[in-house]
Amino acid sequence: MDLRFTPEEAAFRQEVRDFIKSALPADIRDRMKLGHAPRKEDTVRWQRILNQKGWATYSWPKEHGGPGWSAIQRMIFLEENLMAPAPELLSFNITMLGPVLIQFGTDAQKSRFLPRLANLDDWFCQGFSEPGAGSDLASLKTAAKLDGDHYVVNGSKIWTSTAHNADWCFLLVRTDPNARKRQEGISFLLVDMKTPGITVRPIISIDGSHHLNEVFFDDVKVPVNMRVHQENKGWDVAKFLLGNERTGIARLGKSKERLRAAVDMAKQVNQNGRPLINDQTFRQRVAQLEVDIKALEITQYRVVSAYDKAKGAGKPDPLSSVLKVRGSELQQYTTELTVDVAGPMATPIWAQELAALNEPDDMLEAASAGTGSYLFLRAASIYGGTNEIQKNILTKAVLGL
Amino acid sequence: MDFEPSDDQRLLVESVTRLLNDTYSFAQRKSYMALPQGYSPEMWGKFAELGLLGLPFAEEYGGFGGGAQEIMLVMQAFGRVLVLEPYLPTVVLCGTAIDAVGTAEQKRTLLTAIAEGSLKMSFAHGERQARYDLNDVVTTAKKSGSGWVLDGSKTVVSHGEAADKIIVSARTSGDRYDEDGITLFIVDANAAGVARRGYLSRDDTRAADLSLSNVSVPADAVLGEVGKGFAVIKRVVEAGIAATAAETVGAMEAMNEMTLEYSKTRVQFGSPISSYQVVQHRMSDMFITQEQGRSMAMLATIAFENPDEAERERDMAMAKVGIGQAGRYVSQSAVQMHGGIGMTEEYAVGHYFRRCMVIERLWGDPAYYLDKLAAEVA
Repeated sequence: MDLRFTPEEAAFRQEVRDFIKSALPADIRDRMKLGHAPRKEDTVRWQRILNQKGWATYSWPKEHGGPGWSAIQRMIFLEENLMAPAPELLSFNITMLGPVLIQFGTDAQKSRFLPRLANLDDWFCQGFSEPGAGSDLASLKTAAKLDGDHYVVNGSKIWTSTAHNADWCFLLVRTDPNARKRQEGISFLLVDMKTPGITVRPIISIDGSHHLNEVFFDDVKVPVNMRVHQENKGWDVAKFLLGNERTGIARLGKSKERLRAAVDMAKQVNQNGRPLINDQTFRQRVAQLEVDIKALEITQYRVVSAYDKAKGAGKPDPLSSVLKVRGSELQQYTTELTVDVAGPMATPIWAQELAALNEPDDMLEAASAGTGSYLFLRAASIYGGTNEIQKNILTKAVLGL
Repeated sequence: MDFEPSDDQRLLVESVTRLLNDTYSFAQRKSYMALPQGYSPEMWGKFAELGLLGLPFAEEYGGFGGGAQEIMLVMQAFGRVLVLEPYLPTVVLCGTAIDAVGTAEQKRTLLTAIAEGSLKMSFAHGERQARYDLNDVVTTAKKSGSGWVLDGSKTVVSHGEAADKIIVSARTSGDRYDEDGITLFIVDANAAGVARRGYLSRDDTRAADLSLSNVSVPADAVLGEVGKGFAVIKRVVEAGIAATAAETVGAMEAMNEMTLEYSKTRVQFGSPISSYQVVQHRMSDMFITQEQGRSMAMLATIAFENPDEAERERDMAMAKVGIGQAGRYVSQSAVQMHGGIGMTEEYAVGHYFRRCMVIERLWGDPAYYLDKLAAEVA
């Protein structure tokens, strides 16, 4: 047991921090510091800078362009990136589809898509959930019928993040409606979003942002060579994708950054005639969050270091569900705190009209963006398997029930 | 970073676990509780044979040269069965103090005797008025000839009756809250003027209030530097926090295992209660909490060896808050999941509950340390 970071790991953290500091464009950093979500072009610009450096494919094997980092290094990189704060790499490209293609893709699929995923030349979205298939993913109904050298897809997907930005979609479809088990009739397709018959309808979320969509497929033709893995074996691909290493799932860097933002804001607002930062109840809340973040940080180290020890092999660590449950809760608690600190300033929406009325007003803008973040992150305990589903997973994996 | 125990550490855990499996069933534990000492002197001997009593001491004192990690592993195993013997006060608390500032002679005589099992010690620092404030000491020691005379009282001294020698803190200069001016003394438990009033603590172990009136000790009874005892006390408390955090992890594991077993056998409305999702999710939450607590026990162990004082104190405070809250949640939930049987003295789970409750308020509870952390928010 050596429960400290090695000097090499500490040096690596410094290297990452220094690079991000020098390479992150100032306008992106400033927007993110105020608590805004990155814009599409921010994400693209930053991922390309990282790709230039060879870091965008941080989790890919070396022979496919990855930097060959250990799980601990990957964790450090993700954390430093979030704390900068810099836009996250597009997870659909990097942590989801990339590893899937490396594992299951044909040579043609790999050579066509991997470099474009890395450089964000193709923006992918994830077509999994359907109106009737949320946590119960295997009940999906979107159908694909083979017709010569292509499939014809009909149906609809929902909660499709960034579909309106996307060039492509990876899609779970039902290719055998008569399969013995519902998991056995599913295939995994790559679909060009410009294909005729695709309609994207925005879903505005409670933070007022357009992140989510409904996507309708109406006789959409998908070439057979855009199927990943065998027909009717798509569930294996989906399971691989969802069970993939989930180092970043706790997004602890985000919670740390939001907690920092709340404390900084608390220095600038008054309550009972003195800065809120001096209020004992506030300070206790911060201290409690620091404790909870610290505990999850160590748990994350344990998961990551076990992963390195096992050389990545082995079955998914049930502690991943702990990371997801507690990690999402902490994102929610920290953003909740920023809203409470902002007080009445949390209520105005920072939009064109308010921006026009107020000369640069970082405080109000940060308060408003922080509130947006709070509202949006109510989804953190819903997406990627709700926290209730995570507890079902623990019930099975840990309790053996 | 590497969280896997070494081969030696694995062997240590195996041998401790094997011993406890044979000797520390809940029924056996009950029989130890019924002994006059409130624990089993025979077990103490077995701990000595296994080398546990000298675990953290240097080999020249009959020890094994282990560190905080080894103590963590042993305390975790102890927590699983609620070991009653005075390991924490003797080896962890007093051992740490002697190891840290004892003279060569003190180390040779005391640590060697502890390691071989012939010496049990208690650490008598807390006073009634002090609550959790480590600097609040009113017991006095006045110079008299070449030695000292102690007067005052100490409260809730763990295993105070069983101790052969007691480390007592007393003020040799300064005022009530001064950190400076506190000195540690090694006092014979049977010295004239020492009175011990023993009682049962909520965790089934025995504790004592200590009164010292006109107790004369020689010059070489001083442990460490005169007036500089506060830093040693803090060090002892850090060792105690790390050790009891690990003990709490063991207790949480045991409670979670018990709860799971019980849920599979307890049938209500025609099905085992383990089939109900509300029970499953509560047990999942108990597991999540146990693992977060384990991380905090590891943090305390890491922190104990961190030379950076500010960082160490902060991590210790965080660990103390986290493990205390975890132990509270798991033990409350374990009783709740057991229902009525969890309320009974005859069933084990309540005893784990009470040990966690006692640990939570050793040297400060979560609220106390949260206050300290809150004071540093900037």
